[in-house]
Order: sequence, then structure tokens, then C-alpha cells
Amino acid sequence: MSGPQVLEAGFASKSDCLVRYAASEDAVSMAVQSSVQTLFGEAIRRSALEMLDSYGVATGRLDIEDDGALDLVIRARIEAVLRKAGFALQTGERRAAVRRPPTSRDRTRHTRLYVPGDQPHFALNAELFGADMLVFDLEDSVAGERKFEARILVRRLLENEFLFEKSEVAVRINVLRDECGKEDIDEIVAARPHVILLPKCESCSDVKILNRLLSLQEKERGIEGGSIYIAPIIETAKGALAATAIARASDRNVALCFGYEDFSRDIRARPAPETSAVQKKNTQTDALLAREMIVLAARSAGIQPLDSVFSDIEDTGGLTESCYQARALGFEGKAVIHPAQIEHVRRAFSPSREEVERAKAIVAAYEESLKEGGGAVAFDGQMIDVPLVDKAKRVIEESGRGA
Amino acid sequence: MEWMDNALGRKIPAEIEGKTCVPFQGAFIDSGKGAPDAASPARTRRAIPLRQKPDKRVAGWDALFDRLDIRDGAKISFHHHLRNGDRIVNEVVARLAVRGVRDLTIVPTALFPVHDALLPYIREGVITKIDGSMNGAIGAACSRGEIRRTCVLRSHGGRQRAIQEGDIPIDVAFIAAPTADPYGNANGFFGPSACGPLGYAKPDSEHAGTVVLITDNLVPYPCAPWSIQGANVDYVLEVESIGDSSKIVSGTTRITRSPTQLRIAQLAARFIEATGLMTDGFSFQAGAGGISLAATVFLAERMRKAGVKASFAHGGATKVLVDLLEEGLLGSIVDLQSFDLDAVQSCARNARHIESDPYASYGPHSRGCVANMLDVALMGATEIDIDFNVNVVTHSDGTLLHGIGGHSDACSSAGCTIITVPSFRKRIPIIREKVTTVTCPGEVIDVLITERGVAINPKREDLLWKAKKAGLPCKEILQLMGEVQAITGVPAAPRFTDRPVALIEWRDGSVIDTVWQLATE
Repeated sequence: MSGPQVLEAGFASKSDCLVRYAASEDAVSMAVQSSVQTLFGEAIRRSALEMLDSYGVATGRLDIEDDGALDLVIRARIEAVLRKAGFALQTGERRAAVRRPPTSRDRTRHTRLYVPGDQPHFALNAELFGADMLVFDLEDSVAGERKFEARILVRRLLENEFLFEKSEVAVRINVLRDECGKEDIDEIVAARPHVILLPKCESCSDVKILNRLLSLQEKERGIEGGSIYIAPIIETAKGALAATAIARASDRNVALCFGYEDFSRDIRARPAPETSAVQKKNTQTDALLAREMIVLAARSAGIQPLDSVFSDIEDTGGLTESCYQARALGFEGKAVIHPAQIEHVRRAFSPSREEVERAKAIVAAYEESLKEGGGAVAFDGQMIDVPLVDKAKRVIEESGRGA
Repeated sequence: MEWMDNALGRKIPAEIEGKTCVPFQGAFIDSGKGAPDAASPARTRRAIPLRQKPDKRVAGWDALFDRLDIRDGAKISFHHHLRNGDRIVNEVVARLAVRGVRDLTIVPTALFPVHDALLPYIREGVITKIDGSMNGAIGAACSRGEIRRTCVLRSHGGRQRAIQEGDIPIDVAFIAAPTADPYGNANGFFGPSACGPLGYAKPDSEHAGTVVLITDNLVPYPCAPWSIQGANVDYVLEVESIGDSSKIVSGTTRITRSPTQLRIAQLAARFIEATGLMTDGFSFQAGAGGISLAATVFLAERMRKAGVKASFAHGGATKVLVDLLEEGLLGSIVDLQSFDLDAVQSCARNARHIESDPYASYGPHSRGCVANMLDVALMGATEIDIDFNVNVVTHSDGTLLHGIGGHSDACSSAGCTIITVPSFRKRIPIIREKVTTVTCPGEVIDVLITERGVAINPKREDLLWKAKKAGLPCKEILQLMGEVQAITGVPAAPRFTDRPVALIEWRDGSVIDTVWQLATE
């Protein structure tokens, strides 16, 4: 055996801190090194002492290497090392109950911004870019050995009351087939996310397991039962074929999402050569049927179908095209991986001024004809019937929501 | 030491080194410091009329210094057009140190990280004062009290005025010139060390006791164009290399990808359009920082859509501005320094890309400078307080880390001055109850734009009304400060001694604030 085990959490990078705890027999000691020493050195020390006290730590050594992390980040990193070291909360660090304005089942979800769950730097301003939903990711953007500290960080980010006041907040957990996903739920429900995104969902039982876990946690924590929603993500062949059952598996379901990259890999689609028009246009023909199935499944269950990401951040023209394509298929929104994509996606999914004007004209012409006792009327050479009027009314309603 | 308060309530010394300090009274109240004074040490530069060609060339550094006879206590000046690629400042100081000269005052227009090499000379007493900007490690050394005398920071305009009016009697100006002829005519457009304009050296060339031109690209007389006139130059020294070209200008200028910076830039462009500033023939200064460049791009998009053209853009030039000039969205660029190769080439070839100098651009006692013609200035800050006073020189922990540049000049001369900054950097809030150091008074700052909202100086109700009507996220600055501090916490105050390590001069030469030596832990 070598020297005492040193446990670590966080990164020594901008807006984060690297915290180490080394167990020993000696009375607890602490060292703080910070790029904002003069301004916050004392505050960091105070928080650390409070955390050591809360976790009943009397021995060992705590080292903090800080580069301007917010207090909640520092506490998250300290909590992670102390819990890794086997300490448990003793006195109860005082935390106010999370008060989050509720969301609604059918709120607009044109854009959902993915935020990596272990990089505070990306999270702090995430709300400011106007995404309809923020998705704090514990799955693909977090490496295996970082999952533990990431879920603590995400919980503390969501518990704070200043950073995410207006957005709908969601957490993408890990798959439930291993312990990791269950641990995510145990940790994260306390922070009352609006929605849980369930990745690689392949059957209605996946949703039912999540539903049960959520109910248990809600009960334990005194949260209204059923208040946390679910959005399953379909990203395998199996999942696509089970889409209908998945969409109907729980009353908590508010949306059915598609994950293209994993799906394409799962069905072993081989991309066209990079020089070909198919590849350049990024038409995702390999996923066309699956996407249509997801739209059908979601619509038949009365929930929102939401499309995958468009991964080339630079190609805004391609992004807009892919949004139009998704819209034409029936999707209501798209995932974004960079805030710069939000505006393009929103614009593509929101009705344009011309569309709204046209919709208003259709409704007006229809109502006029009703008044006159007539049935169907022609508008712009097109027969106006009830479905067309309903569609026009939805466009008007949608434009009102966006404003 | 005796102290007094200036009009902003900042504590300043009554006198430094036997010279009375004039307290700042207001951005537009001239302290009269620059009034002609019989006792002014500004020297008259006169030479004896000669028949035919004076010989200005010197054989090498040693021959040069033999002729210059620089004594202890001399004031020597430099320009910063070669930026982080400069080889001349370090070379001159090292050679003077070898010759045993001490107690130098250096008067650079700006210093860069490459000049950290001066630190040993500061500690040894070769350099005992810096009249100009102090950046990075040298600023930090100044804050720790390692520079023996009290330094002075001035804006580009303030420096020009101080030189012209004899506040800083420069003994020798060393002017690195990318292209020059044996007579001393010089420009920055050509040669291996091309940097674009050479204007920052112009006041020095006109008013220093002796002017030395150092070049690595000697061309036959007459060098064209001549940004620096040979008529002002005493000696010409040819050297192998004046700079590292890769660090003088960048090959390309990239637009930021930071979502926060992009959001601030987008808000700034929206603000300019929504408040009616973006009218045909308007003008702006934006600088080459991340937010400024992006704001320029977003503003251009709006101009294109609205069919509006700007008459000129002022300040540092980049490819972004050059492209707009060529597209016809800009009538002219008035350029003080070029940041990339495209800007250097444009300034050399395009008559509408005008090379400027500190007097024409920022001169406080000029009869109207370019900055006075600006409708909008987008500027940065390290801190801003609830009275809109701005700090660009010290960090919140009290360390001196930046120069003023043209900040004070552009802010106080433009029609609408907008500070664009993130509301916090790392954990440090930018909006403070009181800034650590005032470099620019709140009376000339109209708007603060951060990613978390727009705060408008209550003096500018006209702007507030228009911005609100356009749906911009307007907040009172106090509210914005509160929101940010709720996220970051309130930082502790740095501790200082009562030794002034530097004075901040306002454009007219009055003292607007003092930088204090940091107390040791």
C-alpha cells in the first residue's frame, strides 16, 4: 500500500475548483489557493469550514485550488470529496427548500439547450440565451468517474434560486439499466427539476421504472406526486419500434425525444462519403422512418415530438434547413448544443409574420362565410375547411406565445 | 504627506516630488494645467541651417549612445505599435543599464508582456518611474511598491497633451520604424516588421529633445508615405530586426464564440439601432476586443438590413472593419493601430483608410478631435460603480494591470458612450458600489450593457425611454448590482498602504484618482 488515499473532485479551471481530501489521523487542516484570494479567500475558507462541520469531519486534510468558482460550486466539490471519503451529512447544512415555479405539460419546447453537468462555467449563464428548456446532462457529456460529483453539482446548481428563474429545467439522467441512473434520481429529485430526460429508452417498462422511482422520491421528500415530468429519448432500433408504448407508458410523459447519433450507430447506418450531396445536406435519411414513428407515437399520445440535435455549430444554414425538415415531419422542437443555435431554431419553428398574417386572413374569411351562412369558402385559390382553420388558429396561438 | 479630495471625492496627494497636483473638477472643466507657462521645460527644438545633406545615420548602438549622452534621471519614450513583438524597449534599457545609467523615467504609450523583461531594471533602480501604461507583471510590481517613484497613467489623448504642453519633457524618443529612409522619414506599412499606422510616436517625434529612429528596413530617400517626418529626426539607426512580426499583427482576427460575449454584443447592436443612433452617416468606435468585434458584426447586419451606412469607424482596425469599408457600409476608417494583416494592407493602400495620431484622434486641447465626431463609443471596463464611474486600470483586488489607452478620450468625447462588459468574470462582480480606481467619471458614461441587462445613466432619460420601448432588458444599475452579487457574493475589499504608487491623470492633467500600494499579507 502506498500513502493515504487522496480523493478528488472538480477541475482547476475557470469558474471551478479542484478539491482534494486526504484521510489521516491528524486533526483536520485546510489549505485554500485561489485566483480571487484577496476578494473571496475568507469566504471560501468559511464555506469549507461549514462543510467540514456539516459532515462531521474531524481529521484529514482538505486542499482547495480555486479559479473563481461560485460558492455553490465550491460546496458541491467539497461535498463530493467528503461523501466519496465516506462521510455523511450530520448536522444538516441549512438549505432552503427549492421553490420553483411549476411548468406546464404543453409549454413551448422549440429549443432545449444541453448543458454539460460537470462544467460550471457553461452552466452559470445558460438561462440567458433564451432556450425554452435547459437540459443539465449527466449522461454522455460526463465521464464515468465524474458522474458522482456531476450529479451533486447539478443538484446544487438547481437548488440555487438566482441562476435559473425563468426556464423550464430538465436533467438527462443515465440509463436506468445500471445503478448510475437510479443514483441520479436519488440525488436530483431534491432539486425539483421540471422534467427528467430518460436516454436510450427501449420499452414502456423503462418509463414505468422511472415513474416508480420518481413517485418514491416525491413521497419521501414531500413533493406533490406526479409533478415531475418525463421525456423519454428514443435512440435505438428497439426504442423506435416501441415508440407507441413508450409514449403512453406514463401520465408524466410530456414529450418524446429523438437522439440521432446513437440511433444511427445502433442501426449501423454507414454515412455517405463526405463529398456527396447526401452527406452535405445532412438529410439523415437513415432515421426518416424512426422520426416519423416518433411523431406518430407522440401525437397519438397527446405529447410533443422533439427532434435531435444538429451537430455542426458553424453551419447555420444547414441547421435552419434541418429545422424546416423536422417541422415538416411534425416535430415541435430541436435540441441545441450551443447557445448560438437557439435563435435559428426558434425562428424556424415559430410562425413567420407572413404565416401569421395568412392564418389571420384564413380565420377571418372563414368566420365571414359562417356569418353569411355559407359553408366552405375559397381563399387564395384554396378551399378553406375546418382542419385548415384549426391549423390557422394554432399558428395564431403559437405566435402569441412566442411574443 | 498632505492629501485632498477631488470633485469625485477621491483622495489624492497635494503634491508629488515637489509638484502640486491639480484635483479633477469635472470632465469638461479644464484645470488650466496645460496653459502656456514661461517656466515650462518644453524645449524649443532648433537646429542650425545647413547647406546640403545632414548625416543622421549612426553606425551602431554604441555610436548612438555615445552621441546621445543620456544621463541619470533622463526621460526616454517609446511607442507600442510593435505590441508584443517589440524588441526596442528592452534593448535600449538593457544597453543603458550596461552603460551605468540609472534613475530613468520611461514614457511608453503602452507596455506588453514582452516588456516584463524590464522588471530586473526596475528592481535595480535603472528605471525608477513609468509615465504611461503599466500592464501585467510590471503593473503588479508597481502595485507592490517596487517602482521607486510615483508613476503616472494617462490616456492616449492625455499623454499627447502632456508632451505638447511640457508636462513630460522627454529627453530622447526612441521610435521603432518598420520602414525609414536615412533622413528619418518613416512609416509602419512596409518591411518585415510592418505594423500599420505609426501615429502614437508622432507627439514624441515633434516634442522630444532628441529623436532617434530605429529601423530594420532602410529605404532610399524619400520614404513614402512619411508618417513620421524626417524633419523632426536627429539620428537614424539601422538594426537587424526591430520586432517579431508574428507578435506584431495577427494573421486573422477571429470573432468570439463565447455565448455570453455574443449576447452582450447582440444587445449592444440592438440598443444602438433601437435608440435611433444608427442613422445614415453615423459613426462609431468599437475596438478590437471580443465583445466589440462581435458587436461590430451584428451592427453591420442591422445596417445592411436597414440600408444605413456609417460615415466612419475610429480606433484600432481589423479585417472586420476593412471588409465593411470595402463593402461600402463604412465611408472611412480612421485608424490608430492595425491589429491584423488585412488592416495593415488596407491602411497602406486605401485612401479612405486614414492613418491618425493621438492629437488628431484624441487631443484634449485640439480644436475638436476625431473622437468628438463619434456618435457611439463601445468601450470595456474592469469595474463600473453605481454612479457609472469606470475603472480600466486596476483589478478589484487592487492590482494595477492595464493602461488607459484611448478609453477616457473616446468615452468623454462621443455622443453616446456604452460600456459593454460581462456582469461578472469568474466570481468577480463588475458592478461595484465604488470602483477600486476611477479612470473615467460617471458623468460621461451613458449606458452599461451586460448579459444580465442594460443599465442607463439616469442623466440619459431620452435613451431609457427608447430602449424600454424597444423591449430591451432595462434595469437600474443598483438592481443589476444586487442581482449579480446574489450570484457571486460580495467581495472583500483589498487592503492598501497610504503610499501612492501611481496617479491617474484626467485628460487635462488634473488628478482623477490615486493607485495605492497594496498592503502585504
